[in-house]
Amino acid sequence: MSDSTSNKPASKGRRRFLIDSARTACGVGLLGLGIGIYSKSASSMAPMAIRPPGALDEADFLASCTRCGLCVRDCPYNILKLADVGDDVPTGTPYFMARTDPCEMCEDIPCIPVCPTGALDHALTNINDARMGLAVVVDQETCIAFLGLRCEVCFNVCPIRGDAITLDYRHNERSGKHALFIPIVHSDACTGCGLCERACILDEAAIKIFPMHLAKGELGKHYRLGWEKKNEAGESLVTPDQEHRYNLPEGMRYDHTGEGLIFDQANAPAMTTPDAAMQETPFSSNPLDTLKKGIQEAD
Amino acid sequence: MARYTVLGAEAIRKKGWWQAHKWLILRRISQIGILLLFMLGPWAGIWILKGNLSSSLLFDVVPMTDPFVFLQMLATGYGAIASEAVTGALIILAFYLLFGGRLFCSWVCPVNLVTDASFWLRRRLDIRTGANFLRNTKYWMLGMVLLVSAVSGTMVYELINPVSILHRGILFGMGVGWLVIAGIFLFDVFVAKRGWCTHLCPMGAFYGLLGKVSPIRVRADDRSKCDDCAECFVVCPEPQIIPAILKGEKKGIPPVILSGECTNCGRCIDICGKEVFHFGLRFDQSKAALSKQEKNAALLKQKL
Ligand code: SF4
Ligand code: SF4
Ligand code: SF4
Ligand code: SF4
Repeated sequence: MSDSTSNKPASKGRRRFLIDSARTACGVGLLGLGIGIYSKSASSMAPMAIRPPGALDEADFLASCTRCGLCVRDCPYNILKLADVGDDVPTGTPYFMARTDPCEMCEDIPCIPVCPTGALDHALTNINDARMGLAVVVDQETCIAFLGLRCEVCFNVCPIRGDAITLDYRHNERSGKHALFIPIVHSDACTGCGLCERACILDEAAIKIFPMHLAKGELGKHYRLGWEKKNEAGESLVTPDQEHRYNLPEGMRYDHTGEGLIFDQANAPAMTTPDAAMQETPFSSNPLDTLKKGIQEAD
Repeated sequence: MARYTVLGAEAIRKKGWWQAHKWLILRRISQIGILLLFMLGPWAGIWILKGNLSSSLLFDVVPMTDPFVFLQMLATGYGAIASEAVTGALIILAFYLLFGGRLFCSWVCPVNLVTDASFWLRRRLDIRTGANFLRNTKYWMLGMVLLVSAVSGTMVYELINPVSILHRGILFGMGVGWLVIAGIFLFDVFVAKRGWCTHLCPMGAFYGLLGKVSPIRVRADDRSKCDDCAECFVVCPEPQIIPAILKGEKKGIPPVILSGECTNCGRCIDICGKEVFHFGLRFDQSKAALSKQEKNAALLKQKL
């Protein structure tokens, strides 16, 4: 230990002091570096671990949550846990696992007001506005709705079904005559509570809650959806749309909304049935012919 | 020089067992009692204290937040701290400013139970070797903790803070966390005497800084009765602070332990058979000091 009060010359005492300080600074500095690097890996979250409702984004959450567990204590369903050292969740922070203990979406959200730091945002007062994560039907190969069986369990347990999750009716190509009842989650309403994940009847859930950043794509900031801008403006934003014209033989029109080539009966008396019309088309049904035609003409 | 033979024997003989262990026992009651108050909630549904030492609610009303954790939060640069945490941190800050900063260490902190056990075992096994840390390493640690919080923007130290790990672990359950605690126990037994609390813990350093101004202090007004048995020196977790006070009469050092590093554990009071120590106020009430104050006041009057 430093002993600068001994009767060595003052300069020696100072030297000793400087060396001791440098030693301590190096040791502590290295430790700090170690903690810093450890924190990089220790701050990553397992994707199955979901934060309580109202949790700030992860960086702010880790800056503000004191890991006190008051949210854990005030959750009437006891779904929240505080992470242990070595868990895939930063030490001491609260989380839940949707497959076993989903959030029951309490109307009064008791876990939030008790949070002393605001790590759970006190501004969230309507549980339907919570975005703990997003339900995703991750596996369309095992979800039995996609196999043509009736299930809809995830749909039925959702507290805000109809908004967060809807059923889409599709044609069953396999049987040719039945409907598929496909669960579709909507990110503008799903709270990520995980009730659907818990309810999924498969051995391994086909619908899972993911943290938002894993579940959602994001358009580049420079993207503008032309059709929406056009709607907003009420008119075309570039030079007015030109009516597209084909150089079609007399008596033919082209419909862009899906009907395709239309033969004007009056002007084409020779063609009576659509079948006949198809045969009479000036275009070959084989696209190669068209290409070859171009080459032949160039020759 | 009257070296003791059996630690505490003289105190027990002269004052009786209770007086020779009073503060130690009260301290254990306080440490374990606080844990029990926190546990009454989950065990019996009686919510006197809820949460843990980092933040808690007393009777579901009074917010409390550890000012050391709060300081880390400030260091991260997080701006939107809710008012409960601010009020809570001020309440706890005021408490320790008043009753002695490191009162936290010896009366509240659960790790103290572990490191006191290490110290006991170390003495039983008569281990004298040890790594050589500077005592002020803990202040460097405090600086480092705040620096990494500021650089990373998250409360990095709370990932490994053994104090919160242990307290939270006892209340909310833990597995691997016990290894951290076992590590500290063994470190204190085999690597360094009083290694963690006295030399390294940044939380102790923080509370030590508060203790620099707190009015409740251990006093040694009867220091002339001291016969150099050095028992207080052996039991004190911060023994370097004692000799100057005991022997400082001639140098005009007041008979009160002003160092913030004193944990107000009161073990020196227990162990001293001569009843040299007692709890009191930091303000110097010895006759010498009083007359000095009077002189100063007179001087001041003359000047005015
Ligand atoms: S909303 Fe209710 S069930 Fe969900 S975490 Fe909060 S208290 Fe628990
Ligand atoms: S109540 Fe707030 S500060 Fe406490 S553990 Fe929950 S989120 Fe963190
Ligand atoms: S997670 Fe599932 S149950 Fe909860 S809101 Fe979203 S779709 Fe509904
Ligand atoms: S001086 Fe006394 S009260 Fe202070 S830490 Fe040492 S033994 Fe405890």
